Amino acid sequence: MTMTMTVNGSPVSLPHDARVSLLDLVREHLHLPGTKKGCNQGACGACTVLVDGERILSCLALAVQFEGRSVTTIEGVGTPGALHPLQAAFIEHDGFQCGYCTPGQICSAIGMAQEIRRGVPSHVTADLAAPDIAPTRDELRERMSGNLCRCGTHNGIIDAIAEIVSADVLLPEPAQ
Amino acid sequence: MSIAKDAKDLAKGMLQGLMGKAVAMAPDSWIPGGEPDPLIRVRHGHVGKPVSRIDGPLKVAGAAPFAAEFPMEGMVYAALVYSTIAKGRILAINVAQAEAAPGVRAVMTYRNAPRIARPPVFMSDQKAAGGDDLPVMQEDFVRWNGEPVAVVLADTQEQADHATTLVAVSYELETPMTDFASAKDAGTRTAVFMGQALHQEIGDAEKALAAAAFRVDSHYSTPRHSHNAIELHAVTAAWIGGVLRLHDASQLVAHTAWSLGQMFGIPEDKVVVTSPFVGGGFGGKCLWQHQVLASMAAKLVGRPVRMVLSREGVYRIVGGRALTEQRVALAADAEGKLKAVVHTGTTAKTASNMMAEPFIVATRSMYESETFKLDVQVVELDMLANTFMRAPGEAVGTFALECAMDELAEALDIDPVELRIRNEPEMDPTSGLPFSSRNVVEAWRTGAERFGWSRRSAVPGTVRDGEWLVGMGCATGTYPYYRMPGGAARITLNAEGRASIDIAAHEMGMGTATAQTQVAAERLGLPMGAVSFHYGDSTLPGVVLAGGSQQTASIGASVIAAHRALVKELLAMAGNDSPLAGLKPDEVASRDGGLCRIDDPARHETYVSILSRAGKGSISAEGEAPMPLETQHWSMHSHAAMFCEARVNSVTGEVRIARFLGSFDCGRILNPKTAASQLRGGIIMGLGLALMEETQFDERNGRIVNASLSEYHVPVHMDVPDIDLIWTDIADPHTPMGARGIGEIGITGTAAAVANAVYNATGKRIRDLPITLDKLL
Repeated sequence: MTMTMTVNGSPVSLPHDARVSLLDLVREHLHLPGTKKGCNQGACGACTVLVDGERILSCLALAVQFEGRSVTTIEGVGTPGALHPLQAAFIEHDGFQCGYCTPGQICSAIGMAQEIRRGVPSHVTADLAAPDIAPTRDELRERMSGNLCRCGTHNGIIDAIAEIVSADVLLPEPAQ
Repeated sequence: MSIAKDAKDLAKGMLQGLMGKAVAMAPDSWIPGGEPDPLIRVRHGHVGKPVSRIDGPLKVAGAAPFAAEFPMEGMVYAALVYSTIAKGRILAINVAQAEAAPGVRAVMTYRNAPRIARPPVFMSDQKAAGGDDLPVMQEDFVRWNGEPVAVVLADTQEQADHATTLVAVSYELETPMTDFASAKDAGTRTAVFMGQALHQEIGDAEKALAAAAFRVDSHYSTPRHSHNAIELHAVTAAWIGGVLRLHDASQLVAHTAWSLGQMFGIPEDKVVVTSPFVGGGFGGKCLWQHQVLASMAAKLVGRPVRMVLSREGVYRIVGGRALTEQRVALAADAEGKLKAVVHTGTTAKTASNMMAEPFIVATRSMYESETFKLDVQVVELDMLANTFMRAPGEAVGTFALECAMDELAEALDIDPVELRIRNEPEMDPTSGLPFSSRNVVEAWRTGAERFGWSRRSAVPGTVRDGEWLVGMGCATGTYPYYRMPGGAARITLNAEGRASIDIAAHEMGMGTATAQTQVAAERLGLPMGAVSFHYGDSTLPGVVLAGGSQQTASIGASVIAAHRALVKELLAMAGNDSPLAGLKPDEVASRDGGLCRIDDPARHETYVSILSRAGKGSISAEGEAPMPLETQHWSMHSHAAMFCEARVNSVTGEVRIARFLGSFDCGRILNPKTAASQLRGGIIMGLGLALMEETQFDERNGRIVNASLSEYHVPVHMDVPDIDLIWTDIADPHTPMGARGIGEIGITGTAAAVANAVYNATGKRIRDLPITLDKLL
């Protein structure tokens, strides 16, 4: 029996080799190289994807764990010809240089915005009892700190995310 | 020992030095940049506009292909086994179990690896790219802890990774020299860098120091650092019809092609290296063993090989910045005028490279002083070869010098900004050359004003916000203008009036493709959309290193040369029926999609018209940049005034950077949007240098201990405040476009500004980087 998951809306068979990470499945098997490998040990965030709308580190996930789940990679967020508003904001605010951590930053930011919307507090949330968490720059910084950027484009990344988050506090759902 | 290498390098340097004297004396007009680039005068064109990156849509969509993302037919995956000793003989390698593991195609060791020559080590030849010159898997001898001893090749990465655990290696251990203090006790020697001994004395600095009214004399240390580009080093290699084809992550494609050709005994045009996108470089994406091993392995198995280093693998085989121990002693009179500058110390390298961390280079041109004593001593250790990392020399050298300036300012009771302005030189203080353009005083004044420097309390430890101590610090940053020989470019115009620029340059995130498209469009008188910039391919013209912040100048000079050749050919093609008839190349300019007479723009003909009348589909011209004599004729340096506000927790010792401003004088800014990112990027790496970065090296066995991004800390979002930037935007009249490269200057001065702010906050002077909280408790 073949087990399947959904990647960017399309059904995909799970690999036979149980050692294959979700990251290597999308990069090497599905030829979706937009999701990046920066450390393969959960330290850099470059491999961040969305699973049922939540951000996870795909290098620390075995693909076979995801039967029936819906995975969105950067290729499912937007394409060069049809960019997601956050992707466009990254370009406008120069939220990247080499572009290698960028897909992970963008997927992470989309997942993060949902966490703020759900009221999940962070280390810098001042009022844990408040009904809404204000997406201050420090909230964004703290919540994005698992996504490393070595080119040093942190300001541009936060500018881009802040613009989209403050527009409505909500990020549009990625296209399925 | 590498004394022979040093001697050869010194002899070369001496020749250059002799020539340099003649170049210094020559009239300006003989020198490249003697006539200002006409683009400097154009103030409202493409150059200087904050254009968004032209490769932005590809990058944000994950559609820009990096080195590990080129699938090839029949490709196998590689995984490496690394030595666990620093020096010794391999007694046995048992690969039988690994070879028998599922999916494994071959296991390569020194016993079955193709025989090749040693790598040409960087700086030993114009196109040498190697991080060291050690044999690559050719012998049963290990020379550093982490050297690859076996390569497993399998159908999948999982199979290859697993099989590496089945390779058993035993060694006969020799005693390595891995301890810095012991190596120093055994003797140091004067370091050589780019053909020059890192030693200079003007007057008797020690005597002036002893006699001075005011002096400071301190020791500083900086640890090893790793570049840690987020993209892992990766390569896809294949032999196709006698041609070695590499998809690499590279900041020197032409150098790599030549160097691999030398190693495999084939002409350089039989090696094709492409690298369209590089996921960060910072000096680390040059030629290391992985490209060589992948090429050898591809030969061995007769298939394309994909080799992606693990993060640990990057630490094992890609060198980083060496450690330094520095002494800075400054003497001044009561007005703060420097009487002596002493900057000396010791660093470590390997016998296999030519890279002594030149931490005195910035000190040569920063301040006026009556006397100087500059000296770098070096020891050689049995370790992975150290290498260039963002602003080699300046990044760590300015930490020591600029902390010492802060200490001197306090000793003199003079404001640190004012002390620096008082010691501004009229001409280069150690070479005597005139400055090409130097506006550091303006950078200091405008920076101090914008940052609110006047609100700083001169007495340390006096500003408190709850449990946080607050302080301000400043420092000078500086980085030279470089341009290396070998630049060349080709311009092709087609019948539709579109141009393509071909040059073997690199895009690692600096914004090269975008900024150079702006420049080329301006130079050709075309809209940006009519220009495509092709790079990252060793078959294109030019030997252009993306390093030393020289790529902008190198491309600029190459395109100027190619443009000149193109104009000449266009005029010949235009002939007598053109409004341009009779004009010489020097009398015309590119404007509005064609050529015109400079002083009579109405005499104009479009490229399209010239080509169509001649019945040609396209025209192509190539030009070579002149030798970079300008760097020996003028003292050419960018500067920055760096300002930091730090908060130090009085309970935990935690340091937070509250505010940072960089005020730059770095020539004309070609694209404010991408330039700001590059400058901030340098500053942020400087914050890492100041507060957290350290490659921990076990001196007992030469092994890097923290070979991961969990254990090597780089600044994360929460560590980075909004960084303010201003710049003079004053064009350097002697550089292409009036620009100077800006990739490295941001990291210079930053660590000192942080350390000085921490001192101002707490009264604690931390002279050993990184400034971790344990040092403040």
